[in-house]
Amino acid sequence: MSDLAGRTPAPSSREMRRYPWQVRDSGQLLLVVAAGVWLVAAVAQTAAEGLQDPRIAIAFGALIAFGEVLRLNLPGDRETAPIGFAGALAYALLINVGTKFVQHSAEQVVTVAAIGMIIGALPHLAVGRPARVSGMAVRLLCVACVAYIFRPLASNSAVEKHWGLAVTLMTALTVLALLLEAVLTALLRVDEQRARFRVALVDEMRVQLPLGAAVGASALLIAFAAEVMGLAALAVFTAPLLVTQVAFRRYAGIRATYLQTVRALAKVTEIGGYVEAGHSERVSRLAVAIGRELGIHEPQLLELEYAALMHDIGQLSLHDPIPGGATVLVSRQDQQRIAELGADVIQQAQVLGSVAEIVRRQNEPYRDTDHAANGRAEPYQGSRPPLSSRIIKAANAFDDLVGSSLDPGRAAAAVQRLRLDTASEYDPATVEALSRVVNRRSILL
Amino acid sequence: MGKLSRVALLYIGAVVVSAVVLVARGPFTGLRWQYVVFLGILVIVSESRATQLRKGQLTWSPSSAAMLASVVLAGPVGAAIVGACTALGLRRGPSILQRVFNTAMYALSAYLAGRAFLALGGQVGLPDEQSFPGIIAPFAGAALVLVVANHGLLSGVLWLTRPPDGTPSGVGVGLSGRLLLSDLGYAAYGLLIAALWSVVGFFAPLLVLIPLFVARWAVAQFAEQQKAYEATVGALCQAVETKDFYTRGHSDRVSRGSVMIAREIGMRSERVEAIRYAGMLHDVGKLGVPTKVLQKTGKLTEEEYAAIQLHPMRGLDIVREIGFLDEALAGIMHHHERIDGRGYPMGLAGDEIPEFARVLAVADAFDSMTSTRSYRGARPVAEAIEELRKWSGTQFDPAFVDAFVAALKREGWLRSEAPVIAADDLATVTAQDHDDPGAPLRVIDSL
Repeated sequence: MSDLAGRTPAPSSREMRRYPWQVRDSGQLLLVVAAGVWLVAAVAQTAAEGLQDPRIAIAFGALIAFGEVLRLNLPGDRETAPIGFAGALAYALLINVGTKFVQHSAEQVVTVAAIGMIIGALPHLAVGRPARVSGMAVRLLCVACVAYIFRPLASNSAVEKHWGLAVTLMTALTVLALLLEAVLTALLRVDEQRARFRVALVDEMRVQLPLGAAVGASALLIAFAAEVMGLAALAVFTAPLLVTQVAFRRYAGIRATYLQTVRALAKVTEIGGYVEAGHSERVSRLAVAIGRELGIHEPQLLELEYAALMHDIGQLSLHDPIPGGATVLVSRQDQQRIAELGADVIQQAQVLGSVAEIVRRQNEPYRDTDHAANGRAEPYQGSRPPLSSRIIKAANAFDDLVGSSLDPGRAAAAVQRLRLDTASEYDPATVEALSRVVNRRSILL
Repeated sequence: MGKLSRVALLYIGAVVVSAVVLVARGPFTGLRWQYVVFLGILVIVSESRATQLRKGQLTWSPSSAAMLASVVLAGPVGAAIVGACTALGLRRGPSILQRVFNTAMYALSAYLAGRAFLALGGQVGLPDEQSFPGIIAPFAGAALVLVVANHGLLSGVLWLTRPPDGTPSGVGVGLSGRLLLSDLGYAAYGLLIAALWSVVGFFAPLLVLIPLFVARWAVAQFAEQQKAYEATVGALCQAVETKDFYTRGHSDRVSRGSVMIAREIGMRSERVEAIRYAGMLHDVGKLGVPTKVLQKTGKLTEEEYAAIQLHPMRGLDIVREIGFLDEALAGIMHHHERIDGRGYPMGLAGDEIPEFARVLAVADAFDSMTSTRSYRGARPVAEAIEELRKWSGTQFDPAFVDAFVAALKREGWLRSEAPVIAADDLATVTAQDHDDPGAPLRVIDSL
């Protein structure tokens, strides 16, 4: 649920629009429990043995807490804590601080990282933001893996003497930790959003790669720098990663604003009385759910969302609103004209070329069997409409028939009606995906 | 850069000569060439991947880190040579003169930073355990000198070569604040390179490169997204306006007018950005007003007038969920309030009206008056200014009217073109303009 929260607009309307398929799934619970059990064992062990080098432990704990306070939201509502994660990895990979050889155990790494994360999460809770336990659990598990592999090796004299060996080993472990984070996060998203694992993993790696590289490099940097600079390395290194984080925050911020703005401006058709209230928003949600079901990757999913939000924008150019705004009920020429006008508007923005194309072709039938009967002199040229156009066509038709009603019978009837038209109008695979999405929704009601 | 004034040429000449003289003085004995060569390559790579800022006028790259590393590892002269390596950056765009100036500027800045490092007690060479934390203060001083010298020299040349009609404040905007801070942040990487060299050798700069390029990537992505965002908002606002072609381009011009006022009164750059979007979006609520009301030529009934009065609220309903627009929201909602309290929708007066709304009101009315309407032609700018002055203090905030007039005098006004009505145009025609102070809406007297 935490995951889809970022995709809904205002806090006031968020509660009402929460759909039943967004319940917290078992995967998250499993992960949090696993991390929790590991943590309890590690804390017990650390308590029994006593804290090694408390000064270093406190310094790294403070850095992790600081990083956790400065969490960062990446596009697609992914929450990360780059500074905290880098700090925790560095603590796991530490060999020397100054001339002093450090000997903390893997259990101690887990304990310090967890305490830092929990302290860092408190300010978020205090201002009423969700705790995002699953993200913390993922980070903790990754750090724990690195710590359990590397801590026993750190005391090996071969590793200590040959920097080439140490560098190779530490780099490999950092990459492993980042890969593990991507896999675990992808698994969570599969669970929450009903996405396909391979698709989710590729999306995750694509989004996380740049920042992950910076986090990994920074973790290695602190671990090495501590040998020369001592604990001053933590302070020296935090400034640059902060700058990187600021750059990412601005980037993620403008992405979020962009989506909010398109969502808000798509509503002008509703305010103008051209379409029923909430239509664009519902079509876009449904379209995105279908797209995910069909295994569309995230960048294309975003284009689909934009196109779905703006699919009726062409109606603004109409002299009089269509009664009720239901485009499924007007003649095909009018539908096509609205689509063309809308695509022209979007084309103006120059950067949304493929979105314009999706909107332009949103009315084209899947198979143009009988163009004369459909009121066109010419059959549609060339290829089938893009998948996103087919999805919007189905989602739009479904919403025109069902509207804001949550009655499962009505939804089933609408799906049935679309299914009867799969010979020519609608893409059968899309309608089946729509049917699955709608079924999930009504089962959970 | 085009044609340069004599002063600008003198300035560039002075920078180049002082750089050459300082580097040529040496000393070159004991210079550690292995660092200079490796860090020089690093600078060339960073420069080749520099980020464009503001329409290609300026570029930015993380090369300051490599220069500062050379300050520690190789001293002032080595640093100056590393700085001069920027000349070899594989980057298309800068002219020969720009390249020469850039090279001299970087060499000079790096040399000064090296001197500052020594003056503050820094030791040139590989830092070891004993160097920390004592090295941090001289290094921070060197970083500060490098960044300030870089920005100072650059601001100087930008100021001297500014276009005569250009905005005076524009020069400082791109260089100030955020860029300076992020440069200082990247500078810290310089110390990391120097310190790590003793632990992992040449692997150090490679490791340091990764976060730098990631940050650079994020900056570039941000710029790209922002451009896309602006284009999209513009296109959507235009879609709202297509219904009525007498008001086409209105949002865009109101946006520009508001920005002129905002700059004139010295608003911070983030607020100027916000008011730009507020100007673009100020009339989106007009779509909620039925077309027949907008087209009506006779007097309006009470209900119809109420529908028009509601449009700022409708606009607010639409844009409310756009996160960053806090102050802009207030501006959109209140842009039809009057200083004397007789405006709508709330009837606020004087300082109760949010600043953004008072700015928007001036630009909004001005553009309405200087555009063609179905019931009158466009009025000349001078006449519109007269009109603004006439209503200053009753309808408009006098301070913003003055600011707008001053900005208009300097920058001029790109007025709307008279609309050409195509036969098949779907647009409708507004018969009464609610923004026009010279032709107030006529409402049937209920008495």
